Amino acid sequence: MFMGWANIYSAAYDPDHASIFDQSKEYGKQAVWMGISLTLGGAILLVRGHIFRDWANGVYAFVLLLLALVLVIGKEVNGAKAWFGVGSFGIQPAEFAKYATALALTRYLSGLKALIDFRSRAISTAIILAPVALIMLQPDTGTALVSGAFILVLYREGLSGNILLLGILAAFLAILSLILKESFFDLPFTDKQLSGPMFLLFIIAIIGALAWFAVRNLVVKRMRRRFHAYIVIGVIASAGFIGSLDYAFEKVLAQHQRDRILVMLGQMDDPQGIGYNVKQSQTAIGSGGFSGKGYLDGTHTKFKYVPMQSTDFIFCTVGEEWGFLGTAFVVVLFTVLILRIIQISDRQRSRFTRIYAYCVASIFFLHLTINVGMAIGLAPVIGIPLPFFSYGGSSMIGFTLLLGTLVRLDAERLSQLR
Amino acid sequence: MNFEGRKYVLIAAVLAIAFIFILRLFWIQVVDDKWKASAASMAERKITDYPARGFIYDRKGRLLVANTPVYDIMMVPREVKAFDTTAFAQLISVPLPELRQRMIDARKYSLYKPSVIEKQIPAGQYAAISVHLHKYPGFYGQSRTLRTYPPRVAAHLLGYLSEVSPAKVAADPYYKSGDVVGVGGLEQYYEEVLRGRRGSRYVLVDVHNNIKGSFKEGRYDTLAVEGKDLFTGIDIDMQRLGEQLMQNKKGSIVALDPRTGEVLCLVSSPTYDPELLVGRVRNTNYGILQNDPIKPLFDRALQAQYPPGSIFKIAQSLIALDEGVIKVNTSFPCNKSLVGCHNHPTAASIEQAIQFSCNPYYYRVFERMVEQNLDKKSRFRDAALGLAEWERRMKSFGLGEKPRMDLPSLKGGNIPGPAYYDRKYGKERWAFSTIYSASIGQGEVLTVPIQMANLAAIFANKGWYYDPHVVRAVGEADSVQERYKEKHLVEVAPHWFDHIQEGMRRVVHEAGGTARRARIEGITVCGKTGTAENPHGEDHAVFVCFAPMEAPQIAMAVYVENSGAGGRWAAPIASLLIEQYLTDTIKRPEVMKELLDADLIAREKFFVKKPRSHAADECPRERLRQF
Repeated sequence: MFMGWANIYSAAYDPDHASIFDQSKEYGKQAVWMGISLTLGGAILLVRGHIFRDWANGVYAFVLLLLALVLVIGKEVNGAKAWFGVGSFGIQPAEFAKYATALALTRYLSGLKALIDFRSRAISTAIILAPVALIMLQPDTGTALVSGAFILVLYREGLSGNILLLGILAAFLAILSLILKESFFDLPFTDKQLSGPMFLLFIIAIIGALAWFAVRNLVVKRMRRRFHAYIVIGVIASAGFIGSLDYAFEKVLAQHQRDRILVMLGQMDDPQGIGYNVKQSQTAIGSGGFSGKGYLDGTHTKFKYVPMQSTDFIFCTVGEEWGFLGTAFVVVLFTVLILRIIQISDRQRSRFTRIYAYCVASIFFLHLTINVGMAIGLAPVIGIPLPFFSYGGSSMIGFTLLLGTLVRLDAERLSQLR
Repeated sequence: MNFEGRKYVLIAAVLAIAFIFILRLFWIQVVDDKWKASAASMAERKITDYPARGFIYDRKGRLLVANTPVYDIMMVPREVKAFDTTAFAQLISVPLPELRQRMIDARKYSLYKPSVIEKQIPAGQYAAISVHLHKYPGFYGQSRTLRTYPPRVAAHLLGYLSEVSPAKVAADPYYKSGDVVGVGGLEQYYEEVLRGRRGSRYVLVDVHNNIKGSFKEGRYDTLAVEGKDLFTGIDIDMQRLGEQLMQNKKGSIVALDPRTGEVLCLVSSPTYDPELLVGRVRNTNYGILQNDPIKPLFDRALQAQYPPGSIFKIAQSLIALDEGVIKVNTSFPCNKSLVGCHNHPTAASIEQAIQFSCNPYYYRVFERMVEQNLDKKSRFRDAALGLAEWERRMKSFGLGEKPRMDLPSLKGGNIPGPAYYDRKYGKERWAFSTIYSASIGQGEVLTVPIQMANLAAIFANKGWYYDPHVVRAVGEADSVQERYKEKHLVEVAPHWFDHIQEGMRRVVHEAGGTARRARIEGITVCGKTGTAENPHGEDHAVFVCFAPMEAPQIAMAVYVENSGAGGRWAAPIASLLIEQYLTDTIKRPEVMKELLDADLIAREKFFVKKPRSHAADECPRERLRQF
């Protein structure tokens, strides 16, 4: 957390306001937020564990209310109506949605034996999607996307791995078809040309045919029918998916989202416009070298080449000023933190605490993956903060609540037999 | 059901992502260098500091050339808000469509970087603009310096500044496109001294191109070196007077201080106002000047090569006396069958020969120098030997070779020696009878005015000279440039010059002298008139002189083209300049007025189409004008 503060100080450094506590600057405000967060964290440690469980639905409802309210009386920043303004400070209720959803989902799942029947799946999906829908209305796609982390929790609690696998497969197909979107292939033995997605379908069909023959020769007879059905469904679903993907991509996503995805996939190169963030961010990180330029000496970040550098692109500051040593340290630190949370989760006797810990781990994991991934050009630009690093009071409080609650619950693991 | 095993999937995913990230970070931060270069190119900016160009002073410490601030109106498109373009166009005096176009171009160039909207607005005009400029956000004035010429004289001598040519940029790595460079005159010759050395600073800029500080505390910065001032020997009063006297005349004036070789004034007429070639108006004006039929850009003082005419006879006399082929009181009859002459008493001595400027006398003198019977078998080889010695001595007067002067584009004239005639006629295919016209300074002999002035200085000094030069000192006013401290001795013993000086005194001060109009009350002027033959019209008049005879302080050559006899126009011009230089006043307003009123260029237009006389073609000897 202190590392984050120091880096914000560097990112927003301005010789006119050299004091790190100056409240008119981001690092000054962040100091205030840190104070609030620490106090809040300390307070949470004093709360008895069962209260989280008992109040989970209440908190959830309260946050949903806030989310609805912000749509009405919120302050618009960067095109998203996501803020309650309090003086020069702003509060972003969406950041608390993670916490509330985690609590509510945990509460629901801990009452179940396993997530196997349709009803429980539908309810847990609804718990996740309700705040997502409200956040999408702001609109703040990035924050909404974080809720995807809960899929990992559902998986851990019994959601079929096939769904996850299907998701990954679908993503893979989607990426492939987007990459191939603009290319054409010569069909062997004919003089026809196939567009990229058609070519992909062609390949899938061939794989399907091969699988068909493989099944006929290798699988026991009574299973063949089932496998054949899988193959047919798979091929048809892929075809349908690829076909509809194009439509979804062009019609459902906003232009800037389309662009970001294309930039990430290397299908578009526009360093002055859409690709600017990523290009500058990579430049900043890349220029850091092995050991960095030294604290407060980063030219690229200090001089505002990277937009949003104290919030979403804070990782650049680390990269430029501390070099590979710094970035690797941060990545390792987060990895260790996430693994530690998973470990904490596994030593719980209480289902509630265990599932909750998974929620926390998943959220951190997703934040890390996407935030660092976009800074180094491996993920599309999605505006979500790096926990404890990025500037932003709400997210810092949100993460403090997540962790503080976990620590409190963990402390009670021996006394709880539920 | 137990899904305990599934935690390993999560752990694996976390580890995989961490691994991929670290690999990628290692790649872009440690392995791949392109990001570092890219960051450097974006954030580091080289800023060039242009040092102020050196000033040029006259001999009394008055400014000949200085710098003056002008202002460029700059525009940063990003900061421009909607404004009244018509009013703005009027304010900066740019036609509206032109202004629109420039704004479009600026926008195309860069939104953040400033572009020039209007160049080089004079300080006076800018004062009126600047008070309104605040109404137009995104526009601002940027000061630059231009050359200014307070006395507005000596355009040829000073040269001007021009944008450096692409060829020069390619040849000299110091220059970058858009730099200015001295062209012609002192600006060109002393370019490296005047310009100084520009410095560069490396600064860090933010994304909006704002300077945020120096790069690495200025470790790689180089300091700009200020241009040095030049301290010339020019006398502005003389230079101005010379240019006034030469107005509406073609020709040149070169005046030297014989004691030092410093140029006192260097006039080439017609001249132009040096301010015409400054700033925005330079290109237009340059075109006009270049196309002017009277060729104001041509520097006659340094580049016009004329036959020296009668003045050459003085040098001939000296060499002949020193070689011993004649004595002081050697007399030759004025035999007009050898070479044309005018009617005058027979020259009974070398002094009278100078006074009467007797052509046949010098025919015989030159004959004796060339035909010295050094080779008894061949008169051709004999002529070559005699002429070689003559050439050596003549060249010791600084003739026939480029003056070692501190100005560019010098011409050297011609002193034809054996090698020259061998090339022209073939070895041993020429003798005295072929080359005799050189005896009276005609034919192949050519000199430039600066050489003639130096000749006058040699006569004044009785046999030595310093190389003529404009700039006495560079940087420090009291110093003297090393290379102009070398005294050159002429290959003639000093005592022979007494007779020459006496002859030159008679030219001005005795009855029958050709330059009586050069007389000044109370000052003994020594002079010699001459005529440079001009096949295209009336001859060019020449007058060389020095004064005062007893202790010469000024030596001068005055050329007035197409003016006939040297005594008519050239001599009074010289006398006025001498008067100005030695007494600081002009006491003869009537002479002054006559000279100022004379318009020889208008008269020349009348003469210029006059066909050459056929008689001259039929009888070449007649063409050798005496004087």
